[in-house]
Amino acid sequence: MKNTLEPAPNKTVNPERWKIGNLLFSQKTAPYLFIAPFVLSFLLFFLYPITNSVIMSFQEILPGERTFIGLENYSRLLNDHFYRALYNTTIYTLLTLIILIPIPLVLAVILNSKLTFARNFFKSALFIPALTSTVIAGVIFRLMFGQQDSALMNSLLIQLGFSPLQWTNNAYTAMFLMVALASWKWIGINILYFLAALQSISKDLYEAAAIDGAGPWTQFRRITLPLLKPVTVFVVTISIIGGIRMFEESYIFWGASSPADIGLTLSVYLYQQGFDYFDLGFGAAIGLVILFITLVFNLIQWKFFGLFKKEED
Amino acid sequence: MAKWIALVAIIALVIAVSFTGPDSGGADGDNHLTLWTFVEQHAEYYNEMAERWNQMYPDRPIVLQVETVPDLSNKLQLSLYTGVAAPDIADIEVNSFPNFLRGEPQLIPLNDIVEPVKEHFVESRFDIYSKDGTYYGAPFHVGATVMYYNKEILDQAQVNPDDIKTWDDFVEAGKQVKQDTGKPMITVDTSDFMLFQPLVIQQGSDFLDENGEVTLDGPVNLQTLQFMHDLIYKHEIAVPTPGGQHHAEEYYGFMNQGGAAAIQMPLWYMGRFTDFMPDLKGKMIVRPMPIMKEGDAKSVGMGGTGTVVTNQAKNPELAKDFLSFAKLSKEANIEIWKQLGFDPPRSEVWNEPAFQQENKYTEYFGNDLYDTLISIKDDIRSPHFGSLSPRIYTAVNSQLQFNVLRRNSQAPEEALNKAAEEMRSLNR
Repeated sequence: MKNTLEPAPNKTVNPERWKIGNLLFSQKTAPYLFIAPFVLSFLLFFLYPITNSVIMSFQEILPGERTFIGLENYSRLLNDHFYRALYNTTIYTLLTLIILIPIPLVLAVILNSKLTFARNFFKSALFIPALTSTVIAGVIFRLMFGQQDSALMNSLLIQLGFSPLQWTNNAYTAMFLMVALASWKWIGINILYFLAALQSISKDLYEAAAIDGAGPWTQFRRITLPLLKPVTVFVVTISIIGGIRMFEESYIFWGASSPADIGLTLSVYLYQQGFDYFDLGFGAAIGLVILFITLVFNLIQWKFFGLFKKEED
Repeated sequence: MAKWIALVAIIALVIAVSFTGPDSGGADGDNHLTLWTFVEQHAEYYNEMAERWNQMYPDRPIVLQVETVPDLSNKLQLSLYTGVAAPDIADIEVNSFPNFLRGEPQLIPLNDIVEPVKEHFVESRFDIYSKDGTYYGAPFHVGATVMYYNKEILDQAQVNPDDIKTWDDFVEAGKQVKQDTGKPMITVDTSDFMLFQPLVIQQGSDFLDENGEVTLDGPVNLQTLQFMHDLIYKHEIAVPTPGGQHHAEEYYGFMNQGGAAAIQMPLWYMGRFTDFMPDLKGKMIVRPMPIMKEGDAKSVGMGGTGTVVTNQAKNPELAKDFLSFAKLSKEANIEIWKQLGFDPPRSEVWNEPAFQQENKYTEYFGNDLYDTLISIKDDIRSPHFGSLSPRIYTAVNSQLQFNVLRRNSQAPEEALNKAAEEMRSLNR
């Protein structure tokens, strides 16, 4: 053990080697070393592709040749299919926001209460759908909502005395299918976010409020909701992103082209143009428009939640 | 010290990995051929043919590596755009084939193996994989469109299928069937074009002309779409296909229970009957499709797979020779029928005893299957393809037929004009 107190003999033998060592292990350079993996992967996998897609959106790309065509890809966006995709995406995003914010919030509050019966069972039951892949869930949904009278939903409708529906052939039921699939799948994740936030709210606040005579509703409105705001903003933001980039929920029902565009979303339109027709320049233009729309949606939302205001005392 | 060794080791590993591509095959890399296909049965077929090749040409053996690639068209397209990772040989589905002919095709011309044997084939099957007289793909089948009848239903209505020569006869027979059995005569697909396009081509028109210009709103197209509309809404002898097209689970169930008396599909659809509609065995028969008027073609070749050699092939001559052996030779064409149940494009073999053997299809559809084949052999047309084809098919499948035939919300003329106009605006 006394050896440790002696200077290591080989440290002085080779000062040359330690020059590099100093560089790598010095306080000045180490931080750069630590962030290097992130910076490199960002440059390689994010910045380069984004820059390239901006360039591609001004080009017509054919095998063996690329030509600049100015804004033509963008002017081609002014067509019925794109409008329909924009409409569908907007409605879908709004509907998922309406369903996937309040309902998980209320469910999380209920699950967080000690009075709830078998709450651990319900927590996992509500979360399990999030673990299934959208594609597998979609296949099951497609079978349940098949067009035959013997498909599950249609046979239920018939039992209840209604006439069977062609679920995947009608604009309203199509939107219903996509929103239902997304809601079923994502509700558990949002509950998880809200539950985590609820558990970080101090019990003292509720006790103090109770002493001051506040009932459960007032406590919910005055304590729970305001303290959940940061996580609510986060959930709304990712829900908007998820809504606008939605692809699987539509693709699993109809593939890249749905009857009369009832399931066409912006991402499906990008896929259809980019990979079914290999119109890569046009696809890049659609992608950038999706990016822009997501940005605008979120800026509006942040403004609404007051994220640009200075903290008030 | 250990840190340094680890660091050096990692760097060495990274360098080693980045310099060892999958292509560094070594000295015998010359006779390695990679082949991509999207159908498991095709893969089995190619492996079988590779074995035969090695028996026949022991001095020029090949090592064939077949990969079944899902989403093949996308992956192949990307590797041809980027110039890396493409296989030597690949199967491409006919509807996405035009995407590969845009710009400067990244495929190797096959003229030197196609031209010597072309006359023995249904020649139009090469044209669909060609651009400006250069052939890029070898076909798997003709896909001759025929009419499948459910004999049991026809017998109940005392209709003799051999009396149905024209579409007028077909409509009359349909009314009889409807009256006696209450069942529809035929199903009209609304998200596929296997009724619409063969009818149009049969009468000498098409969605595109031979130069790739849009003819979708031509008079023949209009009359045909109107005729299909009449089948459903005027004569009331047809229904829109359950599930939208004849590959839907909904349709298989419907048809297997004797849902309709007839279906018009290409010959390769026989496999769907034997696989998915077992209860109809012995009840179905195959007859030529009816014609509109004298002089119409007896059949139209629909669907298909073009096999190509990519410009990344390491040994293009060997790849071409193997392709020629596996798809263009007489022997191959008989094997295509035996193993895959496709009507082989080298129609010269259709007459041969080696071809006309009993198999699971004659068992299912009866031995007169070959009579039907022979009767249409010399009068089979094929569609015109152009860079707009993939878009036109989507427009027809998902907009036009859906609106006109299923929703009945647009008149045929209005729908055709709208679709044709949109396509013309995209033709650059």
